[in-house]
Amino acid sequence: MKSSKSYKERFDKRGWEECRPMTAKVGIIPEADGSAMFQVGNTKALAAVYGPRDLHPKFMQNPKTGILRVNYNMMPFSGHGERVRPGGSRRSKELGLVIENSLMPVLNLKEYPNSVVDVFIELPQTDAGTRCAGIVAASMALAHAGLEMTDMVAAVAVGKVGGQLVVDLTYDEEAYDGEGGATDLPVAVLPNSGKVTLLQMDGGVSREDLKEAVEMAKRASMQIYDLQKKALKESFTEVQK
Amino acid sequence: MQSELKIKEKEIAVPGEVLATGLEFIPGAGVYRDNEFVRAGRMGLVSIEGKVIKLTQLNGQYIPKMNDKIIARVIDVLMTGWRFSFDSPYSAVLQLKDASSDFIGRGADLTQYYNIGDYVFCKITNITSQKLIDITMRGPGLRKLQGGRIVEVNAFKIPRIIGKDGSMVGMIKQATGANIVVGQNGSVWIDGSPDMELIAIDAIRMIEAQAHLSGLTDRIKAFLKEKTGKDVHPVAAPESEERDERSDSDGGERRDDRGERRDFRPRRDFNSGREQRFRGRR
Repeated sequence: MKSSKSYKERFDKRGWEECRPMTAKVGIIPEADGSAMFQVGNTKALAAVYGPRDLHPKFMQNPKTGILRVNYNMMPFSGHGERVRPGGSRRSKELGLVIENSLMPVLNLKEYPNSVVDVFIELPQTDAGTRCAGIVAASMALAHAGLEMTDMVAAVAVGKVGGQLVVDLTYDEEAYDGEGGATDLPVAVLPNSGKVTLLQMDGGVSREDLKEAVEMAKRASMQIYDLQKKALKESFTEVQK
Repeated sequence: MQSELKIKEKEIAVPGEVLATGLEFIPGAGVYRDNEFVRAGRMGLVSIEGKVIKLTQLNGQYIPKMNDKIIARVIDVLMTGWRFSFDSPYSAVLQLKDASSDFIGRGADLTQYYNIGDYVFCKITNITSQKLIDITMRGPGLRKLQGGRIVEVNAFKIPRIIGKDGSMVGMIKQATGANIVVGQNGSVWIDGSPDMELIAIDAIRMIEAQAHLSGLTDRIKAFLKEKTGKDVHPVAAPESEERDERSDSDGGERRDDRGERRDFRPRRDFNSGREQRFRGRR
């Protein structure tokens, strides 16, 4: 792979390992059992958790454990370029599944046989990194819903843009078409154990770069985890006032 | 590793958070051990009793437990009983023998006793691993709830609404003169004059929002005095909730009995029940 770096400075002047400004808030949807918002730069994810509740269709019920069902939805005028056609798509179905798989390792739903925990992730505004923002918000919402969890899940996209490893790509960086192109690697990490529950890649990187990229993602996800903790604690201290 | 507490009593813990290190501390409810760490297994309020660290849940769905008294709604009438829903992932079944000591013949119309949409105050008698739930109407204070209105609150705030020995809800009852039944599933039934019902709801919402704070009893007392003008005392109703209800239901049901309808019969009517059963066979 070429060692020359055509990407000299990030489009938004950030450091290579710097995330966009992040905010998190818990308890934004009163009717839901748990809810949270996570915003990173111009990407904003809302997550609402309903349940455990009765599961229909009945053939999906599992008598040994409750199941998790994630619905990912990007709103029509949320991002750059084309309007997203409303409703489900092949992409949203896939993202629902990978988000579900990244959250399931920390969740214990054995206490709730035959039931379902529904997570709805809505993206009113997007600028790349939506699945990661969705995972961060959903993990907070699940904790807020009082479910049994061994850990939180923090997620961030890392990647290689023009030969340079970067953290938290924007849409412009993902679409970089200079020399070296762009590789995008969403990673979900369990902050306390350092385990990885989501690792996808669009593009290509060398083995060394992949290792370095995952380490960068772990470092960045610790910042996200701190924010998650703060938001969750604040949501209940506010109630106290 | 040295045993050390990493969090204080009454603080909020987040899943995965280290509550203590070392092997000295013991994980209680909602807490788990991860080698030398004691970590939070869900979100909750930390309480430390000696060496045991526990988490009190603050939010989420009501999970049915044995002997909980709940307010449930009839959603279906079965061959030999009724199915109830009570704001949980699971539904409960009331069998005929747990519903009434009357003789109910084969093919009788069960909707005469409990019809779809009726609310009852009942007790959970059995739960299986697959969350099949049995409930009963036999017991002090258990009855059909007629009239009034239901408010839903967070089930984890119910202990605070009831208060010590029922003192908090007793205070609201005294001040508003309304009849109140608190179900452990987070449903509260209020029956009184319309304006007083609204005051009672406001008071309950206030307790729900401030359940973490100390000195809540005094604030509710002041709130009730301001709204109703009545001075109430929290200690005046120790343990009286159940007894109140029983005398109320016995008296109340008889007074507005419409002749053909008997919804709840106290168990001591065993003899007359037997006579009736005998009559039925003949």
